[in-house]
Amino acid sequence: MADVRFLLTGDTSVCVEFGNEISEPINAQIRAFNIALSKSDIPGIVETVPTYRSLMVHYDPEVIRYAPLMEKLKGLLGQLDKITIPPSEVLEIPVLYGGEEMGPDLKFVAEHAGKTEEEVIKIHTSTEYLIYMLGFTPGFTYLGGMDEAIATPRLKTPRVKIPAGSVGIAGSQTGVYPIDSPGGWQLIGRTPVRMYDAGRATPILPQAGQYIKFYAIDQAEFDKIAAQEAAEGYQVKRHPRKEGGT
Amino acid sequence: MSITVLNPGLLTTVQDQGRVGYQQFGVSVSGVMDPRSAALANILAGNDQGEAVLECTMMGPQLQFDKANVIAITGGDLGPTLDGKAVPNYQAVAVKSGQVLKFTAPKTGCRAFIAFAGGLDIPVTMGSRSTYMKAKIGGFQGRKLEKGDQIGFRAPVDTLPHMEDRALRPEFAPKPVYTLRVVLGPQDDAFTDAGIDTFLSGTYTVTPEFDRMGCRLDGPVIAHKDGGDIISDGIAFGAIQVPSAGTPIIMLGDRQTTGGYTKIATVITADFRTLAQLKAGDKARFVKVPVEYAQSLLLAQRSALKALSGINA
Repeated sequence: MADVRFLLTGDTSVCVEFGNEISEPINAQIRAFNIALSKSDIPGIVETVPTYRSLMVHYDPEVIRYAPLMEKLKGLLGQLDKITIPPSEVLEIPVLYGGEEMGPDLKFVAEHAGKTEEEVIKIHTSTEYLIYMLGFTPGFTYLGGMDEAIATPRLKTPRVKIPAGSVGIAGSQTGVYPIDSPGGWQLIGRTPVRMYDAGRATPILPQAGQYIKFYAIDQAEFDKIAAQEAAEGYQVKRHPRKEGGT
Repeated sequence: MSITVLNPGLLTTVQDQGRVGYQQFGVSVSGVMDPRSAALANILAGNDQGEAVLECTMMGPQLQFDKANVIAITGGDLGPTLDGKAVPNYQAVAVKSGQVLKFTAPKTGCRAFIAFAGGLDIPVTMGSRSTYMKAKIGGFQGRKLEKGDQIGFRAPVDTLPHMEDRALRPEFAPKPVYTLRVVLGPQDDAFTDAGIDTFLSGTYTVTPEFDRMGCRLDGPVIAHKDGGDIISDGIAFGAIQVPSAGTPIIMLGDRQTTGGYTKIATVITADFRTLAQLKAGDKARFVKVPVEYAQSLLLAQRSALKALSGINA
């Protein structure tokens, strides 16, 4: 933890920076520190925001001032190897791949990669993608780890409206659009799972530090899950991640 | 319904002290741009400090009261009138059913806050009534007010105890150059020493590009050591981003939760009341203070608000 830096972000928050690159080990340290902080008795913590390489800690200076907070955060860092951190969770996200409506760009992605559509789906569903952070819009995940073999440039002309649930590829990134929005990603499929639903007890499904594993479903399964989401809500399958992935 | 929007003004939204706890999910905090002025309006109107208010920008709205209630207006002076007669800012005012509140023209500042006794009947979304326009979350249907909108009062009153004492001196006074105190960081080390000097000695002008997300300034170019791009990290209210072009952007209530530009400093919370009133053409300069001093100023402001709240005990 020698490289950890505490950066001043004003008078009600501080940024704990774990490194200066996008890497799974650095992100794992952030997750561990975030969990340790939530379990600690440090008073006055308002909220925390994990990002690629840092954890922003918002606090109430009426409860704890800057200097004592720094002392406590540094103390917690020193204890980090003594705290048991549960394994990350893998969220299994069902996707209906291809088709004019759901995945109009799957054909182009396959052509670009010099592969069949089935091969693209196989590659896309074979990785557990780390959720480095959320941002941009509510529930938008910045995922890491996509196979470069299916990397595809963005559309030259972005679409005006992409439906929520669309699964896309942009360069070597992949992700899900949580809300209807304009965008230039190559759309390869759609999930019936609501990544974001303001009316839910937990409005946003994914969390930084979890992993997403996509799996292919057919139209019947898509309709069934969509109906469950519209009724009482669909419970996404989840399991603890094995060391080093599957 | 209790108020009908006859004219929405330029940008009128429902805001409280913000949607706290969801930034980790990519949800912007939103909330009033000047938490202190909004708290003062609420105290005058007999409410808790954090009750939702209407935040009005430059050209205020025209509101017809369909029910009587007590209101208070704080922040910048946007020229409020009631049935055509001037009504004081920073004072509790009993409005009768049928009366029309109208803002004629901005006199000082940029934003005014209208508090309604008992609060507005706006659903709570993710712990807050604040409007987050980009994601269409919260407030009145997730958007700014439009003509014909109707909002109910939760618990209106004809009058409040100690009405005559519910008055304060307006706080905002126009200045040729405003001072914004800052705490340096988080990426102050991404700038050359000369760049930091430029930032702390230059006078910056607010451009027409200012909204609830951010306020773009024009002025002396701040020199980076190696460009203005970083790996995205979190953004605080008042963070001063300096992209590679070298002119600053102050991040405000509806800022995105993360961003990839270097941030040279953060405006201290005690000075948000000044920051929220800046408008195109206004000039500002930045003065560096230690974080401990910034916190002392904030706590002093909060104590003063608590003391004033005594009128509602």
